[in-house]
Amino acid sequence: MFFELLDKLEKEFKLINKSQSLKNIQFKDISKYENIKLLFKDLSYQELEKLSIKAKKITEYFFGKTILLYTPLYISDYCINGCLYCGFSNLNKVERKKLSPAEIESEMRSIRKQGFNTILILTGEDRINSPFDYILDSIKIAKKYFSEILIEVYPLKEQEYEKLVENGLTGITLYQETYDRALYDKVHRYGPKKNFKSRIDAIERAIKAKVKEINIGPLLGLNKNWQFDVYMTLMHAMYLEDTYPDVEISISYPRIQESFSKIKVYPVSNKDFVKTIMITRIILPRVGINISTRECAYMRDNLIGLGMTKMSAESKTTVAGHSVKSGNEKQFEIQDKRLLDEIVQVIKEKGYRPEFTNWVNIYERF
Amino acid sequence: MKKYFEIGGKKLKSRLFIGTGKLPSYKLIPEIVKKSGTEVLTVAVRKIDPQAKYENIIDYIPKNTIVMVNTSGARNAKEAIKIAEIGSEIMKTDWIKIEIEVDSKYLLPDNEETIKATAYLAKKGYKVFPYISPDLITARKLVDSGAIAVMPLGSFIGTNKGLAAKFLIEPIIREIEIPIIIDAGIGRPSHAAKAMEMGADAILVNTAIAISNDPVKMAVALAQAVKAGRTAYEIGILKESEFANPSSPISKFLKNI
Repeated sequence: MFFELLDKLEKEFKLINKSQSLKNIQFKDISKYENIKLLFKDLSYQELEKLSIKAKKITEYFFGKTILLYTPLYISDYCINGCLYCGFSNLNKVERKKLSPAEIESEMRSIRKQGFNTILILTGEDRINSPFDYILDSIKIAKKYFSEILIEVYPLKEQEYEKLVENGLTGITLYQETYDRALYDKVHRYGPKKNFKSRIDAIERAIKAKVKEINIGPLLGLNKNWQFDVYMTLMHAMYLEDTYPDVEISISYPRIQESFSKIKVYPVSNKDFVKTIMITRIILPRVGINISTRECAYMRDNLIGLGMTKMSAESKTTVAGHSVKSGNEKQFEIQDKRLLDEIVQVIKEKGYRPEFTNWVNIYERF
Repeated sequence: MKKYFEIGGKKLKSRLFIGTGKLPSYKLIPEIVKKSGTEVLTVAVRKIDPQAKYENIIDYIPKNTIVMVNTSGARNAKEAIKIAEIGSEIMKTDWIKIEIEVDSKYLLPDNEETIKATAYLAKKGYKVFPYISPDLITARKLVDSGAIAVMPLGSFIGTNKGLAAKFLIEPIIREIEIPIIIDAGIGRPSHAAKAMEMGADAILVNTAIAISNDPVKMAVALAQAVKAGRTAYEIGILKESEFANPSSPISKFLKNI
């Protein structure tokens, strides 16, 4: 399990930071560490330009001139976790909303009509209001409409993941938020999410249950030492690639929004953000990089070709919002509010092809 | 030069098969087919959406083009079979490329599972084209399993490294009776020509065309190279030599003395 490597990797990080020689490192490929060192350097425009050429070439070699588009659907915002950075936090004493199966179906039908074929289903963590069977039922509905079904829900047991996979689940998104265990403990005031180990192990439980796709990532802005979280995310992805070669890995780097946070935020600059994406692409050529609508249109449009492979579109971060009236609380504020047609147009203008389909639904659709 | 290349019950003029993944637009497909003369296109079932709202690949496949659906994304024989059956139904084709990758870093195929899927689908009457890591023993088993052709990789998918696995492909070409199609790794016309000079029956190219600055022209360049390589192979290629050989042999003189 990756959890068991944490102590060792934390020590390694200190060595990289001090630019000392790297002996007995966890991963064999030293060139990767050379690139990681760039996270600490303030790169000149010319150096960034060089990185971007490399990142573009690698992206096109492995992913072609394509960008996969998907959309998220929040089905419930009930949550028992007291997280200091999240709009759905239990600390916010507001009315909660949960979609009925009929509402889920109506939302999904309208999302499919928009042109999407990949859906990300989200819930907060609450086994009473959004129990396992509720998630299972939503997947059963989703497989009538979509070829790729992803979930971003609370950590599940291996047998639960297995059941979801049997019913059409393609992959999971599970962000560790931060790999700094002390900070993790601090920002998760209460609730099951406070258990760092249980959350990080869930990824491997899902892989053992045969999900095809894993999306991991840190919440940038939580940790003053953002390079640590990026480094650990890269190491996490490398570990997963090496240990479970048949799983497709992707990474997201969501940036925290100050207005939703109850703690001090350490913003990661645009320059560091773009640099992080390019370095990720160079170190992990085969790994998907996913940029959500948390980022503004200008940022997203210009990241086409620099490493990004997936984009969400027409997102609503309230419960429902596609056909059913949306809930009150937002998990975060959408920056890129453009319609799918507009985003498709921009991707085409950049010489890329928007893609909507990436897996075969071998369960029901055809 | 032979007029036709017979494979899977079809007579083909072109020995260049083209993959449709990674293209910047499916709108390029008709032009690529027209200008390069390719008659076989591969389409990944995982990328087909019959109800696609934006750029449905099905709309861009020219009539009379043979579609070979591939099972990319399958992790074992069982999934490959299911994907193949779905793809065959949607694209109305019985040409199936078995692609079972279990290594997301190197995208290497699982030869063992590929043999299983090939045997099953061939028995059901599909024309099966298995994509494999170049291995003669696997190739022999595939012949016994009823494969139409064997498709060994030239080098890792998408790497444009050409025939890095040449020494493993050569014995397959030499020993296996059914057609050999080099798949993956062909990055430039010289690689394509080299593959044909070696005696490959056809090649399949995707990345080198799809991400080129001009996919249509690159497809044409590759088609020309395939033709040149094949012509040379059929004539008989001269061996490389350590020493200079005079272009006008002196044998006539030697005979007369």
